[in-house]
Amino acid sequence: MAENIRLMQGNEAVAEGAMIGGLRFFGGYPITPSTEIAEILARRLPKVGGKFIQMEDEIASVAAIIGASLTGSKSMTATSGPGFSLMVEGIGYAYMAEVPTVIVNVQRGGPSTGLPTKVSQSDTMQARWGTHGDYIAIVLAPQSVRETLDLTVRAMNLAEVYRTPVTLLTDEVLGHMREKVTIPEEGELEIINRQKPDVPASWYKHFEITPNFKSPMASFGDGYRFHVTGLTHDEEGFPTNKSVEILAKLTKLRNKIMRYLDDICQIETDGMEDAHVAVYAYGIVARAARQAVQMARARRMKVGQIRPITIWPSHDKKYREIFSSKNLEAVIVAELNQGQLVYEVQRLVPKHVEVISLNRFDSELITPAQILNKIKEVR
Amino acid sequence: MAQRSDITHKYLRAKKKFPNVWCAGCGIGIVMGSLIRAIDKLELDRDNVTLVSGIGCSSRMPVYLDFNTLHTTHGRALAFATGVKLANPKMHVIVITGDGDALAIGGNHFIHSCRRNMDITCILINNQIYGMTGGQFSPTTPTDSYASTAPYGNKEYPFDIPKLAEAAGATYVARGTVYHVTQLDQLIYDGIKKRGFSLVEAFSNCHTYFGRLNRLGDSVKMLEDMKKNALPLKAAAKMPPEKVQGKLLTGVFCDVEREEYCDRYDALIQSLQGK
Repeated sequence: MAENIRLMQGNEAVAEGAMIGGLRFFGGYPITPSTEIAEILARRLPKVGGKFIQMEDEIASVAAIIGASLTGSKSMTATSGPGFSLMVEGIGYAYMAEVPTVIVNVQRGGPSTGLPTKVSQSDTMQARWGTHGDYIAIVLAPQSVRETLDLTVRAMNLAEVYRTPVTLLTDEVLGHMREKVTIPEEGELEIINRQKPDVPASWYKHFEITPNFKSPMASFGDGYRFHVTGLTHDEEGFPTNKSVEILAKLTKLRNKIMRYLDDICQIETDGMEDAHVAVYAYGIVARAARQAVQMARARRMKVGQIRPITIWPSHDKKYREIFSSKNLEAVIVAELNQGQLVYEVQRLVPKHVEVISLNRFDSELITPAQILNKIKEVR
Repeated sequence: MAQRSDITHKYLRAKKKFPNVWCAGCGIGIVMGSLIRAIDKLELDRDNVTLVSGIGCSSRMPVYLDFNTLHTTHGRALAFATGVKLANPKMHVIVITGDGDALAIGGNHFIHSCRRNMDITCILINNQIYGMTGGQFSPTTPTDSYASTAPYGNKEYPFDIPKLAEAAGATYVARGTVYHVTQLDQLIYDGIKKRGFSLVEAFSNCHTYFGRLNRLGDSVKMLEDMKKNALPLKAAAKMPPEKVQGKLLTGVFCDVEREEYCDRYDALIQSLQGK
């Protein structure tokens, strides 16, 4: 048993999760505070026959993982804000060309090169809207080292199931913080592999639009010889300017995810049944929120917690139900930025519920005491 | 002729709607023919051939061809190709790119691909201008030539593609033209056959923009000029430098042996797995 328990960093947990999830290709470019992920995978991947490559920049990194994924390997890259900014071109391509990929963003302070070694949640909206055009982003955000491992596996699974890029959004503190982690036993975590076509090549359409918006995916080399492009394309992948085909493609990109919100979206709530005040926070901030809520409850204040684990897409219906909790009067949105997810909350709360922002962007974490003070102010 | 045409048709995608996007008289189709004949002569299993391209007129080529085809973003073809090749080293990966695509926006990927020495064949179709966007100057537009964004003549100096590729570490570097088709067939054939990074520059004509803006005449005239200006490297070596000045040198600039990246990586895997 004991050998399954390890003291590890969030970044190590990404690498561990990636290996468990079946990663076979990592392409990356060094950037603080994500680099440990690349360093560990450079060591581990070739041992299992996987491939690690350090590319010339982040644009090339994301391009390489898309190429590798199309060739049949589960693929991933890891970066931080400045690198993610360069990657959005390729990520947009992966949305359009429906290529399963996982992008880890260990957030640091921005804008620009900002604060390489300091924590932040200021890429929350970039993760959703970073690249141009209409698309639905899937973004997962863990709050602990073990959850980082679990969500890395989940990100890989979702990427394969929905044929789309999935972003794992952690941060500098989570990436470098060490916690006791029980490594999951083999078979403990669900591993989902890509669905391959079983039809003859002449029947195969790489971008087939099926009633459930899911379609099998062949790899280069499987004998299907399909075409892939970032141009808007028909079901066979050939560029199109026909409005009916354009509509079908862009609708598919939306529906293939929006029809499955119940599967994709994880939201954790605690104490919302009788809460007058709720604290809404994700990732590392949710840890402080949890403690603040416990402290408030110990003082007989009726406070609940809401923690989005899947940050994007937003499960509007579920959130509306949560925010309609009968005693709820106010939601405190705590974020390590100048206010990003707060707009989502404002959009979804009933009219009588007040939304209060609690922001910190001086490179330090929001403390439980700060949140508790805010709760007291509201009360 | 009929035999050549038969070979070509064997590799065209029946489902893809022709005509193609290229202007009548464009040299890109000639390069496509050369590529097809080279692949046919090599008897490659087409399931194990992946064509990767970026953005621009030349990069539209893969869509017409019946292989695994990947049309990527501007300048990034080599980076995508790197992922394809490393994920499956048995795959024959051929990159189709243009002068703007490979050398301006993709310049960084270009030099690093040469340096890394993965077994990728890069066919760089150099027509000295951005065709698809309407005739802007590119990294190979000659100094003082006109372009839609150089209305007073190009103030910059062009890249020498073979020198750039060789200096960056490519193991096979060659240049042909769309006039000298038999030679181009051979250069592409040798480039694909070479185990290592190969760069074949296919010098081509854009009469629509480069030709028109610089009063170089139509497609036929530009091809005739290619015939006049081209000078095989072997012949140039025997000529005095002043006679070589201004000529378009053709042939094989570099053909060296260096262990290929995927081979080295596979050896690493083997040793780590104790095989």
